[in-house]
Amino acid sequence: MTPLLQVRNITKHYGARLGCGDVSFDLYPGEVMGIVGESGSGKSTLLGCLAGQLAPDAGEVLFDTRAEGPRDTLTMSEPERRMLSRTDWAFVHQHARDGLRMGVSAGGNVGERLMAVGARHYGDIRAQAVDWLGRVEISADRVDDRPTAFSGGMQQRLQIARNLVTGPRLVFMDEPTGGLDVSVQARLLDLLRGLVREMGLSAIIVTHDLAVVRLLADRLMVMKDGHVVETGLTDQVLDDPQHGYTQLLVSSVLQV
Amino acid sequence: MIEIENVSKTFTLHNQGSAVIPVMEGATLAVAPGDCVALTGESGAGKSTLMRMIYGNYLAASGRIVVGGVDVAAASPREILELRRDTLGYVSQFLRVVPRVPTLDVVAEPLLAVGRPRDAALDRAHELLARLNIPERLWGLSPTTFSGGEQQRVNIARGFARSYPALLLDEPTASLDAANRETVLCLIEEAKARGAAIVGIFHDEAARDRVCDRVIDVSAFTPGSA
Amino acid sequence: MSDYNFAYLDEQTKRMIRRAILKGLAVPGYQVPFASREMPMPYGWGTGGVQVSAAVMVPEDRFKVIDQGADDTTNAVSIRKFFERTAGVETTEETAQASVIQTRHRIPETPLNEDQILVYQVPIPEPLRFLEPRETETRKMHSLEEYGLMHVKLYEDISQHGAIATSYAYPVKVEGRYVMDPSPIPKFDNPKLSGCPAIQLFGAGREQRIYALPPYTRVASLDFEDYPFDPSKADHPCDLCGAEDSYLDEVITDDAGGRMFACSDTDYCRARREAGHAGPRATAQHEEAGA
Repeated sequence: MTPLLQVRNITKHYGARLGCGDVSFDLYPGEVMGIVGESGSGKSTLLGCLAGQLAPDAGEVLFDTRAEGPRDTLTMSEPERRMLSRTDWAFVHQHARDGLRMGVSAGGNVGERLMAVGARHYGDIRAQAVDWLGRVEISADRVDDRPTAFSGGMQQRLQIARNLVTGPRLVFMDEPTGGLDVSVQARLLDLLRGLVREMGLSAIIVTHDLAVVRLLADRLMVMKDGHVVETGLTDQVLDDPQHGYTQLLVSSVLQV
Repeated sequence: MIEIENVSKTFTLHNQGSAVIPVMEGATLAVAPGDCVALTGESGAGKSTLMRMIYGNYLAASGRIVVGGVDVAAASPREILELRRDTLGYVSQFLRVVPRVPTLDVVAEPLLAVGRPRDAALDRAHELLARLNIPERLWGLSPTTFSGGEQQRVNIARGFARSYPALLLDEPTASLDAANRETVLCLIEEAKARGAAIVGIFHDEAARDRVCDRVIDVSAFTPGSA
Repeated sequence: MSDYNFAYLDEQTKRMIRRAILKGLAVPGYQVPFASREMPMPYGWGTGGVQVSAAVMVPEDRFKVIDQGADDTTNAVSIRKFFERTAGVETTEETAQASVIQTRHRIPETPLNEDQILVYQVPIPEPLRFLEPRETETRKMHSLEEYGLMHVKLYEDISQHGAIATSYAYPVKVEGRYVMDPSPIPKFDNPKLSGCPAIQLFGAGREQRIYALPPYTRVASLDFEDYPFDPSKADHPCDLCGAEDSYLDEVITDDAGGRMFACSDTDYCRARREAGHAGPRATAQHEEAGA
């Protein structure tokens, strides 16, 4: 099987400071990978480089495109890359307001990606929007409300619907449950797990919450000071950590 | 089906003066299809450690752990995930689930993960939950709120939902009443009958004697014991 | 006349503006930046249109200015006087007689011809601004032809009002490429943009942008398959000239709720009345005017 994403030696500096250094991994279809580490460990920088939002200094990000097989997204033209980010990629931001149009109704938010790829039938667009709101457990009668009238958890679910409506194959998530109440988090995690399985999505999840990756991620990558210090099966890394930093991270989690 | 050869395990505690603690050495055993092997030994002798290594949850320091043709000690995460999905089942002592997910879905998940139709998966979940005497009114609720015994039975139902060729059982009959214990033992016997290779930890000696063909004392693998 | 350079602007400035106009004509619908000058009128009063008119004007031109279709409103009168004084060109109120027509918010009812230039005053040239305030981002969207957002606006209209409620400055797509704001003309005028024999130039003074439609450019109003574009107008004939096909203004005539509809294009209405056409209230209006 061809990996969906092959990351090779990604390095990004901010001036003299290292953002992330020499990161490589493969992600296969249907696989969910977690990236954990403390603030400043370079995990968000890495995610930005992978998703085409930051330009790394060196490295390759090979994405298995539908038409032409693996291609380096860092060297493809900007229109091609932006087309990918509207169709095959999705990006779920930590703060819903970074990923939503707050002045546009829920239906318009979900419909935007459809219209961006050429949908021109209002009735169809709206029907798909309502269907997706249902799948993220937002009732159909909220379709014309703006996200400003939604709770934090609903905004996050709306962001997910908006991202997944075009049937992407790769989802980037930056702290998708950050800043939410634990009860809301659980609901969101359950939703994400179901969608990942039903749609066969591959996902890369950046978080500092080890409980989140244990439930969502198949594989785990631990970062410190811009470098990957440990990778492996999620439960193995968490239950039998090999690197000193991972051991510290795992043992620092508060028990409830 | 399960072949373990000269496996050792050490824990290195980097944050406690880099203390290196050897916990297992020269572990060797083989389990054929239809065979059930019990691991015994004092608490702390390494029964769970060995079991976790077979599942890929702990990393072996050396040796080979071959399950269904895959060497877990050397396999990539992807291969281990595939092994767990298709070949190797594990009933642990603790239920770990996403909060809020209904019990039926928790039990049906291993079937859904390999692409079984939802109806068939839920039918199987119904059957197992009924056999294990989980009241039907609880099926739609998340097991996180259940009693210890109920959680244990949900865990067993989940572990037996698929007919794995290899099974790991960690205290499957602990904290169960007589009727449920009988059901679990029947499930194990059925699994053996269809040819599953089973490794288990049983503190319940009567249960062990009934379902296990052999007993392996892991104290023999404790470093310095030989 | 000798007090001013011809048409007020110095020759270098006019060259610069002409260059922008030529680029705009070469890339129909594309917004060309230009160094907009201070004009002796406030922004919002047509500074962009005036600079474009000044740049295209020659002494032989006959100039017409309309504001919401009328030749006799303050804005139209002042701009006409401005060019009478600074360029010494002839002026006219008759659409057919004019060679350069500067307009605010209308396209004349009388069909234009190949010898004419129509200059629009544009307040906000960026059609995407409503949904994306960042100019860096909207420029990128134009260059990459990412126009899904434009339909989001129309989607919002339908979901809130049951129909596309945008009734003026209705966005269009030019030759299947650039999405363009046609300036705040009523959507009734949108069909006239397409295939027009005259040159159409758009000037935004405050925003420092010029864009253009060469003659016979294909211009399509954006819509949905199930909510097609509808260039509607008041369902009424003109009360003065009886025209059924012209864009109408609703005029309140008294304090008791009395009202009438009249052509917004005053030249068109006058010409029809002189040719003997009459609407239901033509006589009453004449009597009032005479009184």
